[in-house]
Formats: sequence, structure tokens, C-alpha cells
Amino acid sequence: MLMSVTAAHVWLIPALPLLAAGIGALTPRVGRRLAAGAAIVALAVSFLLSCGALVTALADPAAHLVHNFAWFDLGDSAVRLGWLLDPLTAFMCVMVTFVGLLIFIFSTGYMHEDANFTRFFCFLSLFAAAMLGLIVANSLLLLFICWELVGLASYLLIGFWFHKPEAAAAGKKAFITTRIGDLGLLLGMVWLYDATGSLLFYDGGNGVLETNALGALTAQFTIGGLAVSTAIGLLIFCGAVGKSGQFPLHVWLPDAMEGPTPVSALIHAATMVAAGVFLVARVYPLMTADLPLTGVPLHALTVVAAIGAITALLGAVIAVGQSDIKRILAFSTVSQLGYMMLALGVGSWVAAIFHLLTHAFFKALLFLGAGSVIHAAHHEQDIRRLGGLRRPLRVTFATFAIGMMALAGVPFLFSGFWSKEAILHAAHGWTVSPLPLYVALAGVVLTAFYMTRLVAETFFGTPRSETAEHAHESPATMTVPLVVLAIFAILLGFLGTPAWPWLQARLEGRTEIHGHSLADGAGLMGLSIVLVALGIGAGWALYGRRPRARAAATDPIEGRAPKLFHALRQRLGFDELYAATVGRISDGLAALADWLDRSVWDGTIRFLARLGVFAGVVNREADEDVINGGFDAGSEGLRRGANAYSHAQTGDAHGYLRVVAIGFVMLVLVVMLGGGR
Amino acid sequence: MSLSPLQLCLLFSSALFCVGLIGALARSNTILVLLGVELMLNAANINFIAFWRFGPAPSPATGVMFVVFSIAVAAAEAAVGLALVIAIYRHQKNIRLQEAVRLKG
Repeated sequence: MLMSVTAAHVWLIPALPLLAAGIGALTPRVGRRLAAGAAIVALAVSFLLSCGALVTALADPAAHLVHNFAWFDLGDSAVRLGWLLDPLTAFMCVMVTFVGLLIFIFSTGYMHEDANFTRFFCFLSLFAAAMLGLIVANSLLLLFICWELVGLASYLLIGFWFHKPEAAAAGKKAFITTRIGDLGLLLGMVWLYDATGSLLFYDGGNGVLETNALGALTAQFTIGGLAVSTAIGLLIFCGAVGKSGQFPLHVWLPDAMEGPTPVSALIHAATMVAAGVFLVARVYPLMTADLPLTGVPLHALTVVAAIGAITALLGAVIAVGQSDIKRILAFSTVSQLGYMMLALGVGSWVAAIFHLLTHAFFKALLFLGAGSVIHAAHHEQDIRRLGGLRRPLRVTFATFAIGMMALAGVPFLFSGFWSKEAILHAAHGWTVSPLPLYVALAGVVLTAFYMTRLVAETFFGTPRSETAEHAHESPATMTVPLVVLAIFAILLGFLGTPAWPWLQARLEGRTEIHGHSLADGAGLMGLSIVLVALGIGAGWALYGRRPRARAAATDPIEGRAPKLFHALRQRLGFDELYAATVGRISDGLAALADWLDRSVWDGTIRFLARLGVFAGVVNREADEDVINGGFDAGSEGLRRGANAYSHAQTGDAHGYLRVVAIGFVMLVLVVMLGGGR
Repeated sequence: MSLSPLQLCLLFSSALFCVGLIGALARSNTILVLLGVELMLNAANINFIAFWRFGPAPSPATGVMFVVFSIAVAAAEAAVGLALVIAIYRHQKNIRLQEAVRLKG
């Protein structure tokens, strides 16, 4: 049964965590075991289903198995959604469910003392459901819905400790910043629907990623001479820029570290932030459709490569100046996501996905290791106040070191090395410009340097605070996931070495594997190995050989170049820049809107209300004075008349007779004077 | 001047009506007021007879029939009137009409 997961069944993969989220939402606070158990079991089953889906997908890697259905009818046309099963989906599903499962298990230990344990697992499951839905979607619309849902889950989890003002602010910042990118994605989606009449990726020849639609999109041109496909691709890329923390919208990701560490590991390192990379990879046929065109001012992928290169370098540079263990890793994530975008931009989406998969494992490992350190050191996150933790935290240290070496790209044994090599080679082969290659190589040095600094400051030297001295190893629920992730951080690389690029071949839909001798790219590989050694050596020379003695001691770089270091510590002032420009414009607009609201709209409303009151008063007066008064006067007249008549009714029979007599006499007179007629 | 029998009859009935009217208006004894009313009724009866007897086409019994009905009604009325008089007397120990002004005892 497991082996027969088809496209029609893949909806189960996101549906199970969604069910778990529902159970978690309905579980009272005391039901910790139920909420965590439901989340873990659901994700475990999803993982098995994903493995089944992977088997199905690998049986025919070139095929895009789809299952489309009509969601609702809209006039003559139907809005159609669908599920997609191809190697990209399957690999992503397996990665998300597996890493997610380990992080869920880790969370049971990390969040053990939190009062809102059930809510945490509810949100985690919601996130997993949305992320998996995003991956299996065969419709840009469905993808967008899940895209927003992961954004929501991210917001909820960053602000999980909402009683901390920084966490609440970070949640808002993440939500609003990514929303800027999402606007682009939404516009791109609308335009795409307008241009092609469909949002399904693959639909038996009618999907937007298939030849017919792409031909139509590249045949039309829009403002500035851009092909329509370029414009739509760039708008969709805006969404990816927001979600994946790319320059210039990278500012939210480091602040997102205010959330619990497992959240940082799952959402802001391994999976959600990679959704942008996944999105570009998913719509890659659209992004590359404009490449055969000559004479257009811009190709979509050139922008992707430029943004990726800037982000890769920027993140790595800023990471050097940070001292919060999670923020270093956050900027490292920004930088690595830049690498993935760079790989996409230079035309090798398989290298990007390879790096995405390996990065997911080793960065989750690093974050969980950081979580273990934080847990052990009683929520001390400042590396200047840590130190000497390699002895009390043996398992954490060993696994963290593996993660660090994978991220730094230590040769041959570690997965990060192979995926980074793939990106470097792709950048090397890009004919448009050599700059991305140079940037990527510079990033290699910086990555090795800041990771060495992190490890040296945290684990070597002597403890520099009370909490670091009394640190003790975390429980098995936390260390076992670390070990498993560490194993995969090593093994995963061997799926995509140049000698046996199994993963790349399968992703590209080939069943045969064209291996290269390692000697083909030996020059570049040698250069990158030298650069890694340089970075690690420099890091060790500055931070490892002479460990920091006191928490307040000056950083070696700070001592040599204080201005540079302070600029890095301030994250090159992007937050201040945005606060001074976009923030101020936004404040001005908000003040204007406030003024408009209070004086103009409110005034109009108040005037209308007054008008209404006035009309009411007039109505009341008319009612009381004219209508009621009229009736009152009429009644009064009747009453008076009746009164007058009642006086005539004396009961005196003689009086009546007199009236009769007078009447008779008058009658006679009338008859006589009238001549008898 | 010479008067026709019809005119004489009408003069007589007018005089009778006036006598009845004055009696009804001027007396305070309820029975005498009723008598006055009867006199006025009889004046009307005389008119019926006179117009029948001296009219242009006297038919056998038209006027008499009217008068017989009128007298019958007047008799019934007198019976009711006398009953009322007795009731008034029982109530106020006299039969002065000007004192009988209340419908309610």
C-alpha cells in the first residue's frame, strides 16, 4: 500500500498534520501528551506517505503526475486546483516531514516547561500542513493559499512568547515584511491568470508551465520591452524574496529568532524560508522561458542571480559582527538562501534544490544544537557569555561541530561541501557575468570564518558566566534528533557528488546518471578548499588560539577595525535605513490617513449624522404639532360640541315641547310665506 | 265672507291644535300635558276626516281608516303615558312634569 502513493493520494500528506493541528487546537492545556502525540504521529505517517510518494515519483522521474479537480465554478470557467507529484515535490516532502519530525521530537524536550505546550504543537502542525500543502500544490492559487498559511504559522510562532514585546514586534515585522513580497506574488498570479486563463502548473498541455502557455507568454511584451513571462516571473520572485529573506527584505529573518528555537530551526532555517527557493524552482520553466529571447532588456534569472549574490555576501558579512548565537545562524541562513537563489539565477535549479536539502538538515542541526546550548545554559544566547561548553555538552558539541563543518564546506565528508561545490560550478559556468562566482567564493571564506568564530566562542575557552559554568547536557529527546540530523548532514552529500549525481539526475527527470571524474572541476574545487581552510584558519587564529577571557572583552575584529565592526553589529544599518525611509513614509501616510479619517471622513459622517438627527427632530415636531395637534384640535371640538348639546338635554319635557312648538310655528311660517309650495 | 265647509273644518282643527299645544306647554300636571297632546292628535284626525270628506275624489273609507288607526295608536300611547305617570308619581310623590328631569333615580 505504501508503495502505491499516487498523485491522487498526496493530499493526505498535508491533511494529516492539519488534522493534528485541529486536535491540538481542541485539546485543553493539560493534554500535553495528546497534542504532542497527535502532531508527531501525524507527521510520522506523513513521512511514510512521502517516502511512498518518492518511490512513485522515482519510478518515472521525468513525469509530472497530477491530479486536478474543479474547486468551484465561476461563470463559464471553473477554478481548478490540483496535486502534483514529481521528484521535486517528493524530495521536498520527505525532507520537510523528516526534519519536521525530528524537530517535533526535539520540541517535546525543549518546550517541556512551557505552559502553552499544546498550543505550540497545534501551531507546529498547522505549519507543517501548510508547508506540505505548498509543496504538493499543482496550482499557483493553492500554493499561494498555503504560502499565506505558512506566513501565518510563522507569525504565530515567532510571537509565541508574545508577552515579550520584542517577540510580538518581531512577529509583526516578519508578517508585514513578507507581505510586501506577497503582494508581488499575488500580482504575478493575477497577471498569469489573465494571460493564460489557468493557474495549474501541469494540466496535460494546458498548464502554465507547459509549452503552449510559455510560448504565448514569451510572444507578448509589456512596459520597458520586457517579455510578459519575465515580468510575471519577477513578480513571483518578489514573493520568494520576501519569504526567503532575500535582500532587500531580509530584515525580518534575524528578528524572527525571538521565537522558540525549534521554530527557528524548522521554519526560519530548514523549511519555510526555503519555500521561496522552492517556488522559483517550481516555476522554473516560466523563469527560463525568456532566455532564448534576444534583444530584451532583462532576463528574469539575471535579477534572481543578482539578488541572490547580494544576499549571500550581505548575510555572511553581517554574521561576522553578531554575538547572539541564533542571530549568527539567522544571518547565515540569509546568506545560504542567497546561495540558493544565486544557483537558481545562474541556471542550475537542481544545485539550488540540492543545497536546499542539505542546508535544511545541517541548519536544522545547528539551530537545534544552539537550542540545546540555550536550554543547557538557561536561556543565555550571547556567545560572549558562553564558552567552554565542549566538555559538559559532549553530544551537542560533537553534532554542532558536524553541522558547522557542513555549513562551512569542509571538504569531502560533509554534505554542505558537495552542494556548495555544485553551486560554485554552476556559477562558474554562467556566461553572463563572472561576478556571482566571485561573490560566492568570498562568501565561502566568510562562512567558514564566522562559523569557526561561533564554535570557538561557544564551546572552547572557559565559561564566562554563571550559567555557562553550570551547563548540563540536554535530555535524550533533544540529543537523539541532533545525532540523527548529524548523520544525515554527512550522508546526504553523497547523493549528489559530481562522481555520482543521483539526486541531480532524478530531479532533472533522468534515469541514467552521468558521473564526472572529480578531476573535471578540480581547479575550482581546490580553490574553494583553500578558501575554506583560509576562513577556518583565520577564525581559529582570532578566536580559538587566544580565547576570550571575560564576557566584556573586546572582539578581536573590534580591536582592529572598530568602525567596521560596529557597522556589522548594527547589521549595516538596514533596519535604521528602513525606519528612516519606508518607516517614516509609512508613518506619514498613516498620519495622513489618520487625519483624513478623523477630520474628513469622520466629519462627513458626523455631518450626515447631524443631518439625520435634524430630520428626526423635524419629523417629531411635524408629528407632534401638525398631525397630533390636528387630531387633538378635532377631538377637542367634538368634545366641546357634545358638551354644548348635552346642556340642551335638560330632561325638562316642557323645554322639549317648546322646541317642538317653535319648530312647528316656524314650519307653518315657512309654508305660508312660501305660498304653500 | 263665506267659508267653505273644508275651511271651517280646518279653522276648527287649528283652534283645537292650538288649545292642545297651549295646554301641553302651560300645564305642569303631567296628565293634563298628555291631554293636550291628545287634543293635538285629534286636531290632526279632524284634518284627515275633513280632507277625505271634502276632497276632490272621496273614496268610500280612506279617511276613516286613517283616523281609526290614529285613534288606536293614540289609545296605546295614552296607556303607556298613564303608566309612566304612575311610575313618576311613585317615584317623586307628585306628577309635576318640570320636576321629572332625571332619567336615573
